[in-house]
Amino acid sequence: MSHPFAATLEVGSSLVNRTGSWRTERPVYVSRMPPCNHACPAGEEVQLWLYHAESGDYQAAWKTLVKRNPFPATMGRICYHPCESQCNRGQLDQSVNIHAVERFLGDEAIRRNWQFERTASPTGKHILVVGAGPCGLSAAYQLSRLGHDVTVHEAGPLAGGMMQFGIPKYRLPREILNAEIARIEAGGVNILLNENVDDLADVVASSRFNAVFLATGAQIAKRAWIPAGDASRIVDALQFLRESGIGEPPSLGRRVIIIGGGNTAMDAARTARRLGATDALIVYRRTREKMPAHEQELQEALEEGIKVKWLSTIKAAEGQSITVEKMRLNSAGFPEPTGEFETIEADSVVLALGQDTDLDFLRNVKGLEFEDGLVKMDGNMMTGYPGIFAGGDVVPSERTATVAIGHGRKAALCMDAYLRNAAPEPESTLELASFDRLNTWYYSDAPKTVQSVLDTVRRQTTFAEVIAGLDESNALFEARRCLSCGNCFACDNCYGVCPDNAVIKSKNGQGYRFNYDFCKGCGLCAAECPCGAIRMEPEEI
Amino acid sequence: MASQPIKFFQTGTFTIGNRLLPEAARSIQSDPLRANSLNCGHRACQGCGEALGARYAIDAAIRAAQGKLIVANATGCLEVFSTPYPESSWQIPWMHSLFGNAAAVATGIAAAMKVKGRTDVRVVAQGGDGGTADIGLACLSGMFERADDVLFICYDNEAYMNTGVQRSSATPPAARTATTPATGGQRGARFGQGKNLPLIAMAHHISYVATASVGDLRDLEAKVEKAIGMGGARYIHVHVPCPLGWGSAPHDTIKVARAAMESGLFPIMEAEHGEVIGRRLIRKKLPVEEYLKLQKRFAHLFSPVRDAAAIAAIQAIADGNIRKFGLMEEHQQ
Repeated sequence: MSHPFAATLEVGSSLVNRTGSWRTERPVYVSRMPPCNHACPAGEEVQLWLYHAESGDYQAAWKTLVKRNPFPATMGRICYHPCESQCNRGQLDQSVNIHAVERFLGDEAIRRNWQFERTASPTGKHILVVGAGPCGLSAAYQLSRLGHDVTVHEAGPLAGGMMQFGIPKYRLPREILNAEIARIEAGGVNILLNENVDDLADVVASSRFNAVFLATGAQIAKRAWIPAGDASRIVDALQFLRESGIGEPPSLGRRVIIIGGGNTAMDAARTARRLGATDALIVYRRTREKMPAHEQELQEALEEGIKVKWLSTIKAAEGQSITVEKMRLNSAGFPEPTGEFETIEADSVVLALGQDTDLDFLRNVKGLEFEDGLVKMDGNMMTGYPGIFAGGDVVPSERTATVAIGHGRKAALCMDAYLRNAAPEPESTLELASFDRLNTWYYSDAPKTVQSVLDTVRRQTTFAEVIAGLDESNALFEARRCLSCGNCFACDNCYGVCPDNAVIKSKNGQGYRFNYDFCKGCGLCAAECPCGAIRMEPEEI
Repeated sequence: MASQPIKFFQTGTFTIGNRLLPEAARSIQSDPLRANSLNCGHRACQGCGEALGARYAIDAAIRAAQGKLIVANATGCLEVFSTPYPESSWQIPWMHSLFGNAAAVATGIAAAMKVKGRTDVRVVAQGGDGGTADIGLACLSGMFERADDVLFICYDNEAYMNTGVQRSSATPPAARTATTPATGGQRGARFGQGKNLPLIAMAHHISYVATASVGDLRDLEAKVEKAIGMGGARYIHVHVPCPLGWGSAPHDTIKVARAAMESGLFPIMEAEHGEVIGRRLIRKKLPVEEYLKLQKRFAHLFSPVRDAAAIAAIQAIADGNIRKFGLMEEHQQ
């Protein structure tokens, strides 16, 4: 009788009581697709690189970023950031200024001369990429990372494609672009300039390459037939932008009319303004709502004093004037002529009516199919000729540099799979981390960091960069505004709020797991997870 | 406010932990080596606010007392679910007491420690609102007026849950309990009854009185730490939602606690020697309906017909709290 008086049972711990048997639902840690990642045409893992940036580890953030996109400094400037339109924080206060953080990371990488790491062992395969624009370079970079030997043939005198010859310097300083291209070359991509491919069939016949990627883009300006007198000066926007970009701008005079409503029209108008056009007027046949140019570009153009004539189309150019016809939208939303005409004084006319591809070099390749001047491809970006892939502006798609970079990466993965006789990795099918999955109580209010903007007079007269970057302190602030939608950011809420101690936090502070022996399935962890990274699943009973 | 001002670490600023904060500034509950004073295997209901509040508070007390802590526990839900003889979930020196005498038992422990010269040992008494506000009030009031060196923590779930949800003097007006049904002519607990224990404690002019909630861990931890470091009689009143008695979803426990704070129905404040010295400001003001609707004990206020008068009366209580304790910024000096 070792027990004290009146005690007949050994005392014990409640750990014998496995309360996990009460459970009808079990919590599981999940990763959901953040809306920013989902919206990114380049396939960037935005939330993940922001996570690294939040802790001030910019190099880790940059390394994560460039797994998907080798142009962060460039794209942080010129991308129209669809990620930010989808950012869940936009429903809370304002979206995270993702592109500004991306740009900061890109600039930091250039400043500190961070280089790409080549990890894969050489495969011995040799791949030709035709065209050194964003799509071709993205593909070349990814293929090189995968261990392939890559050669890029670029017909022009410089690499970069439209980023080099289309986008004005006030949006993208060339030293930034060239630094990022140089890094891709340093990473093992061989770029041959002034190397025009006249007939791809010859290249294919030579058997020098195991696969080919077509990324020649669309550089042929669309023309419209305009009755014009001898004295009138009509140029196309691409030529104008290219010549301005290399410092040999054509003389357009003070009164410049730009025809078109896309981003190229905005670029042309803003460039003309900087070259001394006091009256830069955009003539567009539809309304502001129907305009394809991005709102921000239009806004910046208007700030710089550019005027827009909506619902108008050019009918003729004669000497120092043009005739425009007023339009109205019919019930289907298409513009139709009204028969009302107006004459506008103009020294020159810039046509920004879109671009076509030049695919003549593909004429002798058997099996390739074309539609509307574009190359047809299958779901894995392969054309009708096995081993020839295509992407960017030569295939049907939205024509932005970001889409091109995404095409490049996807094509690279598909080419790699093709060369290994394997099926490409299926794309992520994660469930979307929508706003209603978040518990936003846990995020403090924090307004978006605004990037400073060059004053208007300098914007109208110089090609200095219009939008400034963030410095370290406000880039960190901005990165920390990320809600980490759908992905654990180690906030300890699940570990803290469990009334049953059924969440185990690893001793090194990284990672959690559930102790299903004791979890009663109350769901508090899932309800209080700020970012929606816990799902309650029905228990098999 | 008792809690330290949080620096601007946006990502999860209000979360339990924060990987961006230096170790020393993180909450006790985020520590992978926290005491887990109330261990797994206890028999509290799913989503129990009291189990959570007790672990929050006692873990913080253990940290503040550097592990030298003795707890006297009043009978009640907390005791029944944690320590059905012969097993216990408590991983601390812990003493069972009667329903009404936890304060007196703790007084005795404190006296014994004093006699033994163990000034390093801190004593906590804890119980539910029934054991505190009703049955144990005499012992508690005595402990207060003698200024015994005890921290009394009350986990307020606003009724006698363990015995089947009977009304206590902490039950709020209009709440349905087994003894204040919402059937026939009755509309739940009556308006104008009940008592406010934190204010009663303050009336004793003891060294420290605070209210806290499982909805705000950082605030709760800071108050327990502060109270453990002080001498004399101290009192902390923790609001702990009860999914069973309140008819709220188990996963909503924290949400309910938060709504009580953000509506002003449960004011979070602290007082020294009878004078309020701090309050937790409301961050996102909620109408009381947002709190009431989460709980079936108030369902009769919304169906079959909306009881606008009762809801308005409850809103008036919340507004009164906001005025009295200055819970909105515009009331700050």
